[in-house]
Amino acid sequence: MYSYSEFDEAFVRERVAQFRAQVERRIEGSLTEDEFKPLRLMNGLYLQLHAYMLRVAIPYGTLNGRQMRQLAMIARRWDKGYGHFTTRQNIQFNWPELRDVPDMLDALADVGMHAIQTSGNTIRNVTADHFAGAAADEIADPRPLAELIRQWSTDHPEFQFLPRKFKIAVTGSPADRAVTAAHDIGLRIVERDGAQGVQVIVGGGLGRTPMIGKVLAEFVPEDDLLPYLEAVVAVYNLLGRRDNKYKARIKITVHENGIEEISRLVDEEFARRKPMFQGVDQALLSAIRAQFAPPVFAEPQTTALPADAAFRSFYDTNTGPHRAPGYRIVTISLKSHGATPGDATAEQMEVIADLAERYGHDEIRISHEQNVILPHVPLHHLAAIHEALKDAGLSTANIGLVSDIIACPGMDYCALATARSIPVAQEIATRFDELKLEHDIGPLKIKISGCINACGHHHVGHIGILGLDRAGVENYQITLGGDAGPDAVIGERTGPGFAYDEIVPAIERLLRAYLDLREDRDETFLDAYRRVGMAPFKAALYPASEEARADAA
Amino acid sequence: MPRAFTPKVVTANALLEGDVVYLTADDRWTRNHSEAELIEDEAHAQIRLLDAEARAGEIVGAYLADAIPGPNGPEPVHFREAFRTRGPSNYPHGKQEGV
Ligand code: HEM
Ligand code: SF4
Repeated sequence: MYSYSEFDEAFVRERVAQFRAQVERRIEGSLTEDEFKPLRLMNGLYLQLHAYMLRVAIPYGTLNGRQMRQLAMIARRWDKGYGHFTTRQNIQFNWPELRDVPDMLDALADVGMHAIQTSGNTIRNVTADHFAGAAADEIADPRPLAELIRQWSTDHPEFQFLPRKFKIAVTGSPADRAVTAAHDIGLRIVERDGAQGVQVIVGGGLGRTPMIGKVLAEFVPEDDLLPYLEAVVAVYNLLGRRDNKYKARIKITVHENGIEEISRLVDEEFARRKPMFQGVDQALLSAIRAQFAPPVFAEPQTTALPADAAFRSFYDTNTGPHRAPGYRIVTISLKSHGATPGDATAEQMEVIADLAERYGHDEIRISHEQNVILPHVPLHHLAAIHEALKDAGLSTANIGLVSDIIACPGMDYCALATARSIPVAQEIATRFDELKLEHDIGPLKIKISGCINACGHHHVGHIGILGLDRAGVENYQITLGGDAGPDAVIGERTGPGFAYDEIVPAIERLLRAYLDLREDRDETFLDAYRRVGMAPFKAALYPASEEARADAA
Repeated sequence: MPRAFTPKVVTANALLEGDVVYLTADDRWTRNHSEAELIEDEAHAQIRLLDAEARAGEIVGAYLADAIPGPNGPEPVHFREAFRTRGPSNYPHGKQEGV
């Protein structure tokens, strides 16, 4: 796996030392908050509603047992014994005290981690599929390309003052688990005539103006990738609007100029830039590839898997096909019914670290769906892993089901929130567990955000829930039909929102309507919605007697 | 027509712990909303906010939040401020912890 070079290590240590001095100066009074705030944000320290929050980067969601154990130590020593894994594949500590943060950062640096946030209007952290390097459906591991892009874009002199921040995601699988179509640039590794290249999607994004990206190039050969990306970003740098922060993302540039015009400009720019790339990037790429080399997979062993119902359910729901024979990908749910989505206690983190080291080639991933993955698990260890997870309260078999909800921190933590999201997720999960309908309902993605910034990806949930403040009361808007997969779709609003105590019953009516109208068990909620459209669901959400009231609200 | 002034408290987060705090009439920072000074006059509110901002060594991000008088002292108006008096709803953490 990718490890820090000596330069990186020295750089991180120096940043911690600098920040320690800055914290001291803030406390003793020689730095004002206006001066200190940008410094703490650069080091991942936010001030939320009830406390500070430290956001720690987990590049490509990839970490090892030792790192996970250190996160557990930090949670226990300086927080309240738990951490929150987010849709950005990082971990947040919700209760650090200001004086302790430099020590926390040093403890992170001890295991090659940091909380440095790329900030400003630059190319941000590149993200990739959480099954990278393991998935059976993968054409190639996307992380070497992602890392190449990260190195190319870091401190790129031309791109330090873009019109707005810029995010890139890479997938190596046609299944697209990296939501590439909702990024400024999405890259999908594809094959053509036996050669590997990249499909380039541009202008996606969520937030206030959600848009699905458009295909800019069907096939860019690997050795053209960096000059091509440079051309795209250069065109945006020139054309992107700097007059209005809400119109500055490349999604608006593409929308206003049209994909054809952008494509023409990018091609012109590419022709100018290509000769400046002399193959150094390709040498670098080979070196990076070596660092992401897969583990040496063991020979498959014949094993009889346990036949008990709990194990079967875990196997069917939480494990997936691996590229190596005799292996599975195990997704550990951080969504036990009624728990906070994405939270893990220090003890649970240690159990996961042990399992990864003992059975899983010491690899752990964090998914943007706020679960933890053991990417490389030999079949014959599955039973032991399931037992250990059971003891740790981590064996809930609900991946991809109604209770596997993405929820942003919302108004329980986030200072920007307009409503809560966590308790809505908790109550939906608890309710459908009581009803014992979860497995009957089948594949379903519910995603909840506590404000229009859409950190919970609600626009691309099959059912999206957006919490708003309507005249001083929490109000929840529902969208239907969103999809974060390869053919990404923005969901459509159903109509008026629901009060806090009406939102869970509304979701229940919606799903009962689905159970009534689906053709058979194989027709998922999303399939059914695509077949019948909004009308029957609207009828279930707004029964006639309530319609007048809802309209009046 | 300018909107009528509604009563306020001065609130912020403590610099070291990050806890939600309120300014009292005798210039202390309290963690208890009901001990806050309820400010009924707009000009006085602006002065108290300036007083609070001058104490940058103790707090971060001071602002005025709506409040109403209650039997035991000022009470929050907006649900966001009500949450800030307690802590998150998913764990008994924050101020509600000691109660
Ligand atoms: C204190 C906490 C947080 C703050 C202040 C915050 C703030 C924001 C803001 C302002 C944006 C919109 C940026 C823009 O569109 O220009 C945003 C986007 C986003 N946030 Fe957060 N966020 C927080 C926590 C989180 C958490 C916990 C997650 C993951 C669960 C998250 C995931 C995202 C994602 C994925 C986006 C991208 C949406 C897009 O660019 O289209 N955020 N955040
Ligand atoms: S969506 Fe809004 S409430 Fe949720 S974490 Fe993002 S900024 Fe906070």
